[in-house]
Amino acid sequence: MVVDVLADPLDAVFHALADPTRRDIVRRTVAAESSVSGLARAYPISFAAVQKHVAVLEQAGLVTKRRHGREQLVSARGDSLHAAGVALDQLADVWRQRIDRIDAILTDPEGEPT
Amino acid sequence: MTVTRVTTDPPAGTLTLTATFAAPVERVWQVWADPRQLERWWGPPTYPATVVEHDLTPGGHVTYFMTGPEGERFHGWWRVLEVDPPRGLRLEDGFGESPDDAADLPTSRMTLTLDPQPDGGTLMTLVGAFDSPEAFAQVMAMGMEEGLTLAAGQIDELLS
Repeated sequence: MVVDVLADPLDAVFHALADPTRRDIVRRTVAAESSVSGLARAYPISFAAVQKHVAVLEQAGLVTKRRHGREQLVSARGDSLHAAGVALDQLADVWRQRIDRIDAILTDPEGEPT
Repeated sequence: MTVTRVTTDPPAGTLTLTATFAAPVERVWQVWADPRQLERWWGPPTYPATVVEHDLTPGGHVTYFMTGPEGERFHGWWRVLEVDPPRGLRLEDGFGESPDDAADLPTSRMTLTLDPQPDGGTLMTLVGAFDSPEAFAQVMAMGMEEGLTLAAGQIDELLS
């Protein structure tokens, strides 16, 4: 499993989303395009730190950035099939783990209905 | 031995999963129908699920939350569309404290079928369907927590 995850091209996505602030940035920018300075106000971290997080997300293909006047606007790539594919693979993984846990319950005598 | 097959169809926004269990249909149904058993498998160990409401009747709700390592809670719910114990279930699956405050978040529909096998085991088929790739992407951002926790843990392990 561990090897599968790392051998997968989705590694950058996993890494990018392993951080709670970055997950939150994706969540916010799915709903609406946000400026980097707007995002910086939302977290107790510096503008530069937010910029760094955005760059990691951008490299993973999860968000795109565009310039609007003096602002940099960030939006999640919610329209792409890429994102859908990532989401599906992610969900598939969630379910593989769930199936393993169901199997453990079914083979555990304590899991018997009472 | 459990054999699992998962296929995804990104353009269609669907996921189909089949798994076989060495237990009869009635027993497998219990892991869905008994809230205490459902709690043992729905969330990953690091984000255990607590089932609040559990009404597997048409129109009934199942509500739950998963608790993260820092005590943060992620709420989710099911709205039961059809139920045929112990053979199957169709439900709407969403995020939020209840189907009533789902607001503008996309939901997915999930169809569960349990089929008895000649060897006494059970074939479980689960089909998940989202409305669109956009709905998927949004759910990805919302629901990432549960799936990623494991992936992130695996990466941490390798990096340490």
